[in-house]
Amino acid sequence: MSSTSAIPSSEVVSKKAMQRCKRRDFVEQAFHLLFMLSAFIGVLSVITIGFFLVTESIDAVEYAGMSNIVFGLEWLPPALFGIAPMIVGSLVSTAVAVVIGVPIGILTAVFLAEIAPKALVNVLRPAIELLAGIPSVVYGFFGLVVIVPLIEQVFNVPSGSTILAGSIVLAIMILPTVIVVSETSLRAVPKTYKEGALALGASKIYTIFNVLLPAARSGVLTGVILGIARAVGETMAIIMVMGNAPAMPGSILEPARSLTANIALEMSYATGIHSSALYATGVVLLLFVMMLNGLLMYINRERVK
Amino acid sequence: MNTFDIKNLDLFYGDNHALKSINLAIPHKQVTAFIGPSGCGKSTLLRTLNRMNDLIAGVTIKGSVKFDDADIYADVDVRKLRTRCGMVFQKPNPFPMSIWENVAFGQKAQGLTDKKQLDAIVEEALRSAALWDEVKDRLHTHAFGLSGGQQQRLCIARTIAMKPDVILMDEPTSALDPIATAKIESLMENLRKEFTVVIVTHSMSQAKRIADKTAFFLMGELIEHGETQQIFNEPNDSRTRGYISGDFG
Repeated sequence: MSSTSAIPSSEVVSKKAMQRCKRRDFVEQAFHLLFMLSAFIGVLSVITIGFFLVTESIDAVEYAGMSNIVFGLEWLPPALFGIAPMIVGSLVSTAVAVVIGVPIGILTAVFLAEIAPKALVNVLRPAIELLAGIPSVVYGFFGLVVIVPLIEQVFNVPSGSTILAGSIVLAIMILPTVIVVSETSLRAVPKTYKEGALALGASKIYTIFNVLLPAARSGVLTGVILGIARAVGETMAIIMVMGNAPAMPGSILEPARSLTANIALEMSYATGIHSSALYATGVVLLLFVMMLNGLLMYINRERVK
Repeated sequence: MNTFDIKNLDLFYGDNHALKSINLAIPHKQVTAFIGPSGCGKSTLLRTLNRMNDLIAGVTIKGSVKFDDADIYADVDVRKLRTRCGMVFQKPNPFPMSIWENVAFGQKAQGLTDKKQLDAIVEEALRSAALWDEVKDRLHTHAFGLSGGQQQRLCIARTIAMKPDVILMDEPTSALDPIATAKIESLMENLRKEFTVVIVTHSMSQAKRIADKTAFFLMGELIEHGETQQIFNEPNDSRTRGYISGDFG
């Protein structure tokens, strides 16, 4: 198209341009609606899930009382519905997973972003991304075949299906999240920080730990929290390696049941109050995830500052 | 007496011949300015002096750069070299930490932990960079709260805190307003007494104001160098004359 033909006479412009404008307005508004509808579906789902969890759990709360559920030590349906052991099981297995997985994840991210030659990064990163795509039931297999027997041997316990086994599997599962998010935020640190530090004669390691990681802190924390959220919500792999005994664990070398496992194991046959108590378990789980999200929002708010 | 002796220096970015057999001596405790149009290699040459080009993949260097008679590409510890040849960058690049932490950073990286010693070094460096009076009451606030000009003086203070012999400046005022630029230039009057200063600048008037020696670069070649007065008043090369009179660049 030549530049002159794009500028027709003025009368034609006004009429055609008006039509074009109207059509563009319509398309514009249609898309606005589409965007809004899409956003609405997500929000509606959250509200619906929350609503049904709460209403379904009311029977159990009325029967047993909120504090007896949350702080109760005995899970003996249909009489006692204490889920404190499961809360402890979920929190401890996640915490240990974080202690094991987060340092490995952050160090890997540093390696990928700052140290590894490009050729190696091109091999490692797809491998790590593949780790994220492995179904959790396969992680469970891996845990059963490798980690559970290993724990039996190393710690000389009768059964290797323990919190520690669950934590190790979870630690591996959260690695890709921690690594990818941390690496991205490390790469987003302005090159000028690194230049400035090296130009002052700082070593590469000193620069990484004292300039780059602090500068990427909020991104790294985001990765960690997303990892924690994944660990808290993990079900299948945990069921396969953690033993699932609904009793308060005395150490990480004892079996335990997570909140998620409690629901998944019993939902298929539970009825009445028992079923309702499982919904209550779900409410507690949802609260934990909401707290994590709140923490995430808080951290990201700091990043804007 | 020369701080740097550059002999037959060739530098390649991959296949790109960025510096072509440069021979240049940079005298002790004087201000040397590198001038020339964008892409002429003046910043590249500056970055060979403290080996910052090492950070770029695919750089090859031939020839020799001697700093106090030691070839910095043969037998010198890079970190030590950089503590002795500080660098100030084009855009102020304070670290995302407090003013105090910024100035103390280099010494802490060298392993100095004594708080009192660090305090003294920080104060001295900030005074030398003419920033002390402006920040003495808020040393522990975030460096990003400073203005652009103050941030650049903070970066100069951070460099001075290392007690270097040389300060390399890569267009230190190109991101600053005229008032902040004037402050940095007047600061350089003091710096020249203590340090060898090498400054890359786009501004010929700046070179004229502050430099003892000036070197003119064009397309990777050193065209001419000498006393600033001579370069600006009676250049020997017609290309220098053309650049200075504004015919190109």
